[in-house]
Amino acid sequence: MNERWILFKRNVTDFWRTFRRNKLGLIGAVLVLSAVLVAVFAPAFSPYKPTDVIRDENGRGLTFAPPSVHGPLGTDDAGRDVWTQLVYGARISIMVGFLAGFIAMFIGSLFGITAGYYGGSVDTLLMRITDILLVIPDLPLMLVLVATMRQMDLHISPLIVLVIVIGLLYWTSTARLIRSQVLTIKERQFVARARAIGAGHAHIIRKHILPQIMPLIVANTVLILSTAILVESGLAFLGLGDPTQPSWGTMLNFAFDRSAITNGAWWFYLPPGFAIVWVTLGCVLLGNVLEEMLNPRLTEHHLEGEQHMVSLPDAQSLSGSGSEAVS
Amino acid sequence: MTQHDLLEVRDLYKYFPIHQSILDMLRRKPPNYVKAVDGVSFSLARGEVLAIVGESGCGKTTIARTLIGLEEQTDGEILFQGECVGAQERRLRAGLAPLESAGTVGTREHLALPRIALKRLRQQAQMIFQDPYESLNPRSTIFEIVAEPLVVHGLSRSRGERAARVKKALEDAGLRPAEDFSMRYPHELSGGQRQRVVIAGAMVLQPELLIADEPVSMLDVSIRAEILNLLNDLRRQSGVSIVFITHDLGTVGFFADRLAVMYLGRIVESGPVKEVVANPSHPYTKALLSVVPVPNPRLRRERVILQGETPNAADVPNGCRFHPRCPVVMEKCKETDPEYKTVGDGHQAACWLI
Repeated sequence: MNERWILFKRNVTDFWRTFRRNKLGLIGAVLVLSAVLVAVFAPAFSPYKPTDVIRDENGRGLTFAPPSVHGPLGTDDAGRDVWTQLVYGARISIMVGFLAGFIAMFIGSLFGITAGYYGGSVDTLLMRITDILLVIPDLPLMLVLVATMRQMDLHISPLIVLVIVIGLLYWTSTARLIRSQVLTIKERQFVARARAIGAGHAHIIRKHILPQIMPLIVANTVLILSTAILVESGLAFLGLGDPTQPSWGTMLNFAFDRSAITNGAWWFYLPPGFAIVWVTLGCVLLGNVLEEMLNPRLTEHHLEGEQHMVSLPDAQSLSGSGSEAVS
Repeated sequence: MTQHDLLEVRDLYKYFPIHQSILDMLRRKPPNYVKAVDGVSFSLARGEVLAIVGESGCGKTTIARTLIGLEEQTDGEILFQGECVGAQERRLRAGLAPLESAGTVGTREHLALPRIALKRLRQQAQMIFQDPYESLNPRSTIFEIVAEPLVVHGLSRSRGERAARVKKALEDAGLRPAEDFSMRYPHELSGGQRQRVVIAGAMVLQPELLIADEPVSMLDVSIRAEILNLLNDLRRQSGVSIVFITHDLGTVGFFADRLAVMYLGRIVESGPVKEVVANPSHPYTKALLSVVPVPNPRLRRERVILQGETPNAADVPNGCRFHPRCPVVMEKCKETDPEYKTVGDGHQAACWLI
């Protein structure tokens, strides 16, 4: 275990050294991490609960109070604090987005690896399924699916319905990407060597294919996360979210429904929009940079860092004879 | 039980089908094949080194890949310690007749032979690939790479034992001290060191047979001798048999016992190295030998420069397959294929001039 730990530490340090240099990547990471922190420690960021109604001295609800009157972001139509809703909404948006993203990534990787590695009729079958999903327009399909699943009395939270529907529909691009990468890797000689050694399919996929495409999967996951969050917001805006657990999309839906715009209550509809942009932009920046960095063809050369240099097996005798020849 | 050679190859054929267009299928054109290996027989005794020499594209690498089971032979038998390699049986059972053009081979005699499972074969026969830059997984450490055969075959399960075997294999392959290398990644090593890692990985199972597919052709000239010396040492120490595939006749005399010269999918001349080099019988062998550099500059030989290119393996010439380029071609060569004739002790060649 000790050597593994050393290797792991070395890899992480190497990664950080390259990552640190990239400004866009750092900005992306900060955006995403800050949103995740706010979501995890939501109660620490607000003294209220999202359902608390803020009242004035006379006990009347402060409706549509601008930021100058109450709190950093004012109140909504029912007198609830917008900042609190935003902070708690981060939990829902990010959780749904991440869960759906991971499901999509998992299915996509599974399909991509299976299709690419086994090839032939397996490949054809899986890729035709992918093609079919790829050509159906996403939004109408999702609307229909979410609506039907809710009608079915499955006794699951509407948020889980969203997670499942988004997760089951957004794996197609990942599958295609990973399949193409697996196709090139499986023809490489170290895979032939592993087969010549006598390794089975499971061993080859685990030890040779997966480590090569893992960076691609990681980078792609981050990009899929942004799509998932965006799609969740879209669906929630159309009223398919859970009204009892409002996400940012649900907030926009409320604001739209309750005429925040005609009332000029910009503090109700702008913040959730910015929050969505904040997270998705962070994910896209981070994902692009990761993709660029982890691409094996763009990694640094082995002679760049001195600590990677290898001494010749017989350094003394070689340098000895070399200097003689020169003199 | 009779004493078997370690490896015996009888009438090995490997044809790759050429993809046909739908139009050709509708016209019922017979499918075309690239005849990469077209009737090759040889045998290898224990501890022997057989060099297979030939131009690029003559089917050397295909033979190597078929021997280790990476490709399935189209026809013919590969016997490893008297046991059949490959999925021929399945092929015949499925009713796939041997290729028509293969002619005389394809008897069902070998169905009776005991068969060796691929997994067991690959424990006893190992392959060294041509390109040391490609044959190591860039994301595995040297230790993982060398230990992989042990892991795959479930040998030396205890950590200490496995580490000891890997260490021994690395040091036997000239990577000393092994601790300096085991935690590195392939990209941190030079080409020669990588090829040593490949050799260590092949030798860690203590195989009976090593198939070396041009192990030095991708390396710098200065490192070639080191790797060849290493292979020679390993062979002396462990008594491993080696099928040494190369296009460089110069390295053959160095440590091979026997030599087989291939041209366009077939062995044209084979025999003990000294005998073949001293007394080449086939015009192709003569041409190859005449262009090997001689250390003594005063010693000038007449060079035979072959005209033209190697014909396409999908379109093998009639008669002797060497006749379009042969400097001493006769009418007979264009019509009938010569049989193997014994020239000396264990020395055979296929040419009408003998």
